[in-house]
Amino acid sequence: MTVRVGVVVFPGSNCDRDTTHALALAGADPVELWHETADLQGVAGVVLPGGFAYGDYLRAGVIARFSPVMRSVAAFAAEGGLVLGVCNGFQVLAEAGLVPGALLRNRGLRFLGRDVRIAVEEPDTPFTHLAGPRRPLRMPVAHGEGCYFADDATLDALEAGGRVLFRYVREDGSVAGEADDPANPNGSLRAIAGVRNAAGNVAGLMPHPERASEAILGSDDGFGLVRSFVESAAATAASAGRPLEAARR
Amino acid sequence: MTVAERPETPAVPLHRALGLTDDELTAIRERLGRDPNDVELAMFSVMWSEHCSYKSSKPLLRTLPTGSAADGVVAGPGENAGVISIGGGLAVAFKIESHNHPSAVEPYQGAATGVGGILRDIFTMGARPIAVLDALRFGDAADPRTRHLVDGVVRGVGGYGNCVGVPTVGGELVFDPSYGGNPLVNVMAIGLLEERFLTLASAPGPGNLVILFGSTTGRDGIGGASVLASATFTDDDPSKRPSVQVGDPFAEKLLIEASLELIERGLVEGLQDLGAGGITCATSETADRAGTGMAIDLDAVPRREPGMAAFEVLISESQERMLAIVRPERESDVREVCARWGIPCATIGLVTADGDIAVTEAGREIVRIPARSLTSDAIVHERVASPPARRRAAPAPGIPAATASAAASARIPERGMDPGAVLAALLGAPNQASRRPVFEQYDSTVQVNTVVGPGHGAAVLRVKGTTKALVATTDANAPVGGVDPWLGAALSVAEATRNVSITGARPLGVTNCLNFGDPTRPEAFWQLREAVRGLGDACRALGLPVTGGNVSLYNESPAGAILPTPEIGVVGLLDDVATLVGPAFAAEGDAILLVGEATPGLAGSEYARLAGPAAEDEPPGLDLDRERRLQAFAREAAARGLAASMQDVSGGGLAVALAEGAIWGGMGVTVRVPVAHSPAVDLFGESPSRVVVTTRPRHAPALELLARHHGLPVERIGTTGGDRFFVELAGAGATGAAEERGSRVADPIDLRVADLAHTWDHGLARALDWEAPAAAPEGR
Repeated sequence: MTVRVGVVVFPGSNCDRDTTHALALAGADPVELWHETADLQGVAGVVLPGGFAYGDYLRAGVIARFSPVMRSVAAFAAEGGLVLGVCNGFQVLAEAGLVPGALLRNRGLRFLGRDVRIAVEEPDTPFTHLAGPRRPLRMPVAHGEGCYFADDATLDALEAGGRVLFRYVREDGSVAGEADDPANPNGSLRAIAGVRNAAGNVAGLMPHPERASEAILGSDDGFGLVRSFVESAAATAASAGRPLEAARR
Repeated sequence: MTVAERPETPAVPLHRALGLTDDELTAIRERLGRDPNDVELAMFSVMWSEHCSYKSSKPLLRTLPTGSAADGVVAGPGENAGVISIGGGLAVAFKIESHNHPSAVEPYQGAATGVGGILRDIFTMGARPIAVLDALRFGDAADPRTRHLVDGVVRGVGGYGNCVGVPTVGGELVFDPSYGGNPLVNVMAIGLLEERFLTLASAPGPGNLVILFGSTTGRDGIGGASVLASATFTDDDPSKRPSVQVGDPFAEKLLIEASLELIERGLVEGLQDLGAGGITCATSETADRAGTGMAIDLDAVPRREPGMAAFEVLISESQERMLAIVRPERESDVREVCARWGIPCATIGLVTADGDIAVTEAGREIVRIPARSLTSDAIVHERVASPPARRRAAPAPGIPAATASAAASARIPERGMDPGAVLAALLGAPNQASRRPVFEQYDSTVQVNTVVGPGHGAAVLRVKGTTKALVATTDANAPVGGVDPWLGAALSVAEATRNVSITGARPLGVTNCLNFGDPTRPEAFWQLREAVRGLGDACRALGLPVTGGNVSLYNESPAGAILPTPEIGVVGLLDDVATLVGPAFAAEGDAILLVGEATPGLAGSEYARLAGPAAEDEPPGLDLDRERRLQAFAREAAARGLAASMQDVSGGGLAVALAEGAIWGGMGVTVRVPVAHSPAVDLFGESPSRVVVTTRPRHAPALELLARHHGLPVERIGTTGGDRFFVELAGAGATGAAEERGSRVADPIDLRVADLAHTWDHGLARALDWEAPAAAPEGR
């Protein structure tokens, strides 16, 4: 059976179609979740796509968090439902407090669109278990506010708790520096590109796996992450609410 | 400049204050059979502006080949964008337009609204915008004002395109002193549509409703077209700032989704975006196209601010607005769609049968003008054209000796030159170095179609659900155009179509943005006339339709006129994306073939820009038939899988073409260049109709045969591999520093590819004094 996965559509979302496209390639049955509806249509997982929700006026993601659909997404997450935020979706999750930290303006204070390399720090999670052999994954970033920030205590806790999912790395796989290292496109602290919440069922990252899911586009390194999410959603649906470990391999 | 600010005085009659000549006022009287009132005069002033009426260029544009259904042309000039079928019920819509004057006054908003305006031209026709290309031209890179404009324009293009979710996949960035007082911001947009959803900007069916949706109407951009785009800059530019429109990409994104939903649900009879001329232009154009009229109730127009005068509402160029023609029974559905997207929507009038645009305010009729007199029957001027006295020997009058740039200090006499030093200087020059610091500020991968993004030749976009891909590029050869406008335009068409053909794609059609000076100046109008002739001749020779475009005149400032710049946009179709050929050298040990041969003439080349122009020198010639055969060869070589890489010889000549293939492929070359003319001509000359092809050695004979079959000279000049860029000169004409030293041996170019790559990669940031660009993964 194909698993039903929701893709939230805010006014100003512009990666919703790309995300739907990639989820379908991974065998999911994607449905759009309109920002004004609180009904999640019984989906087994929710993706917050990239874009400029509500124009990102005031601050990225700050208005989107108040939309009706986000109340339902928060409740869904509280019950252990799988939620993934990509780029603007990550910003929305951070603003909503569903994942720790904040995303500040890029160090260079300019929008940056280019390929980066990230390493999977936690290979055994619902978001990464099909990422394949450990190697730098190449995929695009495209954002103006992607500099991951949190206080040291939070960062230490994230690292101790295995909650740093992805880090920006150099071509040789070594972790990028924080300042003046081209491998870290936005100056994220400890080169963090993606994190998850304490329960482990909500994750966000700035790079775009859905844009690196077909060889014709230059890289399919991101497809393993898309497939991980879809399979995990299917497993949670099958295991009907049992702990997420059921989704692990 | 508005009616309010310029009350009529004996010194300045209102029509002149609005930019209309006495003759034009007389012509208006003839069409109305009476004197126009002030509001009507304001409407005419906008619609009869150069920007809206093409009153100087119309007679020239009529001479261009526009193609037919046989060429797959579904919609041509006169529509918002050209539309060409790509088979399978799909079609591509594309158009290029300028936003030069607004960008000169307010770079961020000027560029941003330039993107917004051309995107609306695309989705107005029922096409989803899938790509943007921005062709930018500025003054000397060392000039602080240039740096201010580059920064603002680049941020503006990115700020708008990134937010609406349309990838910016290509374009140009050129620096030349002639653009110092008047930068060029030309933006091309491409859209994909199902032919059955093709929608025209027409207002059929008297009794149908006229619905305005999108942003509210305010005082921004009052007279933007007539005030800004149709007059030469003087020194009171700041007074024009109120005429610059302000963009809201978020509103545009909602407008795209709402408009496409209205079209796909069959809720509209006609659709038109509001650009230059605002409500006046949208109502009169749609009515004129359908042979109908409109009764507009001005009080129904949603306002952004109170106390707006009638003429302000009628000519405001507030952005992100659309005009829809809707059957009465579908009004509620249209309102429902707009409401869901949170877009203001108002029924502002009715389609009528009398052919007039009639506007009422507070129940009183304040305007009644035949729609056609504002559009298709607008005045047309027969301008005087006269060639400059010394046509070829020197740049045309009014044009500063542009090619003699700041680099003149770095003059390089041909005899005794060090080819390696020249190559490095060219690769690091602002017009040749990597554009990465600019295009990395754009989102080039959203919509997951980008097979080849900016920076490596033409952009390639796959068409989902098919094996097809669209290939797009923009090109303009202004330096040669400054010497010979006919040749400059023909070369522009040749290079743009060549850049598409060398990927294996078949060019479908041409859109153009003609950036020229004051048409009332005979030399400037001669440049425009010659360029249009060159554009037409080239397109006929290559069998391509011109499906639309835009003319931007009065590109002059106190510093002088710009180089005549015929910007050419081309979209091509690749039937099987698997056969795509790129410009980067693909494998070590491949044979390098040069197809075509160098012809003399360095005028207008990057080498001349560096070395300083030789007054007696001429630009290289163009044989359009050879160009056609060369492109046919390139497409056949790709289709038969014979070419591992193809790169045309253009800016910087053969040496730069080889260097780019080496840098992008991350490998060296060993090449022997036969010197037929002189080292400068053979290494750095930009004579057209040449490609560098690499191939597995076993395919080389087949390629040579194919080239001869197309009647093209072909020579095997070397091999790829190693980490050094080694190019030696051979033949009688060889010369160099060594010869100066009395040696008979010419100096070869012998440099590390890694060093060339570093020079190329950092040149632009250095020229603009931007923070050093961080190295990004090269290639894909």
